[in-house]
Amino acid sequence: MNIDFDKYKIWKKLLQQRINRSNVIEELTIANLCGRYGTSIATSLNIITNNHAHQKYILCNADEGEPGTFKDRHIMLTDPHQLIEGIAIVGATIGATIGYIYIRGEFLEPIAIMKKALIEAYNANFLGKNIFKSGYDFDLHITHGAGSYICGEETAMIESIEGNKGLPRFKPPWTTSVGLYGCPTGVYNVETLANIPDILEQGGKNWNNCKMFSVSGHVNKPGVYKLPLGTAFKDLLAMVGGIKNNKKLKAVMPGGLSSPIIPAEVVMQLHLDYQSLTQAGSMLGSCGLIIMDETTCMVEILLRIAKFYMDESCGKCSPCREGTGWIYRIVNKIYNGYGSLQDLEVLEHISSNINNTICGLGTMASMSVKSFIKHFKQEFIEKIQLGTVVHDQY
Amino acid sequence: MLDIAIELPLEITSEIDAWILKFPKQHKKSAIIAALTIVQQYNGGWLSKELLNAVANYLEIPKIAVYEVASFYSMFELKPVGKYKICVCTNVSCMLCGCKEIASHLKNKLNLNFGESSKDFKFTLKEVECLAACDKSPVMQINGKYFENVTIDVIDKILAELK
Repeated sequence: MNIDFDKYKIWKKLLQQRINRSNVIEELTIANLCGRYGTSIATSLNIITNNHAHQKYILCNADEGEPGTFKDRHIMLTDPHQLIEGIAIVGATIGATIGYIYIRGEFLEPIAIMKKALIEAYNANFLGKNIFKSGYDFDLHITHGAGSYICGEETAMIESIEGNKGLPRFKPPWTTSVGLYGCPTGVYNVETLANIPDILEQGGKNWNNCKMFSVSGHVNKPGVYKLPLGTAFKDLLAMVGGIKNNKKLKAVMPGGLSSPIIPAEVVMQLHLDYQSLTQAGSMLGSCGLIIMDETTCMVEILLRIAKFYMDESCGKCSPCREGTGWIYRIVNKIYNGYGSLQDLEVLEHISSNINNTICGLGTMASMSVKSFIKHFKQEFIEKIQLGTVVHDQY
Repeated sequence: MLDIAIELPLEITSEIDAWILKFPKQHKKSAIIAALTIVQQYNGGWLSKELLNAVANYLEIPKIAVYEVASFYSMFELKPVGKYKICVCTNVSCMLCGCKEIASHLKNKLNLNFGESSKDFKFTLKEVECLAACDKSPVMQINGKYFENVTIDVIDKILAELK
């Protein structure tokens, strides 16, 4: 791959202007670029920029582990230089001279592509010492995990880079003041950083606020779709070619596995933006839409979700460590037909009590359980009344 | 745990040294995940206690710190694995697209359950979480290489080619 020299022109311009920080932050504020939970990026940039520590870091979170989400892998495979430019720009803005891209250990192909792109960028002096003779140094390194969902949480990721188990840290202090090796650290997602060159090129006002939607499940054309925030779900469904085999839509998880499920009749009326989904009792999260048709067994889906959280709970906080396993055992009981109606109450009780944890993993698990029982209680009751069934073990 | 540590060969230590340079001088420990990954690959896909001790010695950190990391991350194997490590994603998106048939076919064909290795250590079958290729589900990985949109026919073809 040859570097398209059109790339990095925003980076070059920024360095020529001796890194006009306030301008970058202003444009990003106008563009209202948001992170995963709808928090503004400009705010955290501002905090780190105003911190005058001797060393600051920028981390790119490429630990894409959220089931149903594959946009970051797509960006790294198709446009690595855009991402590198975004990291360099944000790094220079906050005053970081060292950056790390933390890529999932399973992503051998994206790691190889990013490594190659990084070498190209160093050779062209887009990174390294005295970039474009501006006197500014910026080093970017690739590092990787080794299979842990929780390392997508920013403080767990920092622990992992420091060479420890990926256990989330208690916050505050926030990473913007005490992050990697105790220094102020900006942690941003791949998609967020890859957007930044575009925003600065088009100007915050003109930026079209597009999000990448990963669509998977029972649809005809699954894939990554770049759409403006606020697109109606109906339109998106038409775009992805509708449901496979002319079946009917049953439910959607709009923000990856950790977002509460929304039944068809509600989701068809929704627009895909942070606010409407929060109002509908779910969240946009990572924009990974998992679409299910009418044949889907909701108890089975919840069982798989519960297993995922049980496996991935890091074990630091008791409510999550014990609660996720307990949820799995009860859902497993119901799925295999040994459940009782009382078990549903227990499930609701457990999920209301997984709180006061350091990170959001346990809360996500309990939100999933609550949403499944709220919308599909009848299916659970049917499974219980049906009694013992032999399922294929997989 | 055994206290015996073996010397890591030069080709391995030079690779680890390159990683150490990425991090600040006083934070050699940061290279641990990379070091274990390199050593695991060198040792045919798994980490013995001797090797864990060797990594601890080389990075000048307590052995327990290495054991902790090696047992926390799911990609590190602490028992011998087969020549071909087959990882099948069984998470929701793949489940909706039929990973159950894929998984049971693999299990029958290899006569293995998830987490088991064949007696001749040719195959290991493993259940993994989302591999972030849900648009091409069902997905599986053989020694790190992705196989997307797999079907039973594709599996038969792949398995026949693996020697």
